Amino acid sequence: MKRLINFTPSRIWRIGLALLPFAAIILLYISASDARLAENAADKLLPSFSQMGDAIQRLAFEPSKRSGDYLFWQDTVSSLRRLGLGMLIAASLGMFFGLMTGALPVLNASFAPLLTVVSLVPPMALLPVLFIVFGLGEVSKVALIAIGVTPFIARDIQKRTLEIPREQLVKAQTLGANSGQIILRVLIPQLMPRLIDAVRLSLGSAWLFLIAAEAIASTDGLGYRVFLVRRYLSMDVILPYVAWVTVLAFTIDYLLAQLSRFAFPWHAQQEGKS
Amino acid sequence: MIEIKNIWKRYGDNVILENISATVKEGEFITLVGASGCGKSTFLKMLLGTETPSQGSILLDGKPIPSEPDANRGVVFQQYSVFPHLSVLENVVIARAFEKTRLGFLSGGAKRAARQEAAELLNIVGLTHMQHRYPDELSGGMRQRLAIAQALILKPRILLLDEPFGALDPGIRADMHELVLDLWRKHKLTVFMVTHDLKEGFHLGTRLWVFDKRRVDAHAPNAYGAGITYDLPVGVCEQEILDEIDESLALGRQTEQV
Repeated sequence: MKRLINFTPSRIWRIGLALLPFAAIILLYISASDARLAENAADKLLPSFSQMGDAIQRLAFEPSKRSGDYLFWQDTVSSLRRLGLGMLIAASLGMFFGLMTGALPVLNASFAPLLTVVSLVPPMALLPVLFIVFGLGEVSKVALIAIGVTPFIARDIQKRTLEIPREQLVKAQTLGANSGQIILRVLIPQLMPRLIDAVRLSLGSAWLFLIAAEAIASTDGLGYRVFLVRRYLSMDVILPYVAWVTVLAFTIDYLLAQLSRFAFPWHAQQEGKS
Repeated sequence: MIEIKNIWKRYGDNVILENISATVKEGEFITLVGASGCGKSTFLKMLLGTETPSQGSILLDGKPIPSEPDANRGVVFQQYSVFPHLSVLENVVIARAFEKTRLGFLSGGAKRAARQEAAELLNIVGLTHMQHRYPDELSGGMRQRLAIAQALILKPRILLLDEPFGALDPGIRADMHELVLDLWRKHKLTVFMVTHDLKEGFHLGTRLWVFDKRRVDAHAPNAYGAGITYDLPVGVCEQEILDEIDESLALGRQTEQV
């Protein structure tokens, strides 16, 4: 018998072991749900899978009686648009500020402390300010995501820029490069995979900002829907929506990881080494 | 070509280098040896332009040497010299891109020409079969060959090597010595090479500088800096002198430990 720390399961076992807790949770849920429904068929707290299926069938594949929209898809598109736009702005601004304060000591001296302070402001506390300034429309939701995530990305990129060995910058100068060329050809290409990493890490908080903003003031969106149906205790809608958000978050993360791997093969090699 | 006039380097109360003067002619191959931490790398950085002397001056062709690295002075560090995000070929081509374009991106005929030139250079350093790999896929020796090829494409007048072979196996090191000597002769470079291996210092080069403290105060080890204690033409190398240098460096090391 090997020591436990040396025991690595084979591939098939690994897949099985990975699925096991998921199966256990689902089984536990089904039995609990069945037990409650057997006692009271109108119970709303733990709906059965068929009830959830019906709810999603209604929202996703039948037009809404009021507006004629397919609500599930409309919610998804609205939320993803806000999230995507917010992250795009945050990634661009974060890259810009991070790169500039990381690469140019003059800008670092004047803006790095400001960046540190700004990143400590809790973005959720700014939400009322955004609603006042930008109104209750799309802008304030996108702005919340952008404002919440930009400082994190900027600080991360700044740190990564400073981590690039000084030798490389000196080397580039001995090859005749000026500051602009060094930024364009030495720093930015090496920071792109780091930017993707930073985006992946900050997506969790981006979802948080999105759902919070939608919960407070919106007319559609995944966050809006779950908070709306909460009034009717519609767990049969809320639970599938939460699962759907999780699937979306997982998919985005997976796609970004793949993008990084294919676009920057050298980065994967570096990671593998260190 | 290079005139070093009474340079000093101090960090606060610590004197690193003390009153160094020397003249170097075009085409000399100078090896700098000395105990670790004695300031030979600092001296090299002054030639490179990333450090400036606290006092004194370094003249290149009678003018103060620029206090910023430039294309006249190529460099190879012990590590991190190459760009990890570029293929081996692109690592060499990029120098031409920096030189010829404003933003650093070559295109069309200029790109083809630069690639051709880079490929020839890679052939000389023996990396033709690795052209399309990334530096992280190379061995340590190959990476240093690449760094050398990269440093030479713009034909610098001065080549600065900061312990370039320190991390390599002895066998590979011998190969690299041949390569460097070959390129030095062919390109008529002026080479400064820092090493902590005295034998390497004697094997390569035309002139050997030993960096060591001329004076030592046991109560204040940092009160005096290092100077060039031996300036030897290589070739006239007697066992006696070798032993003597070895001894003096060993002494220096002991006082450091105290």
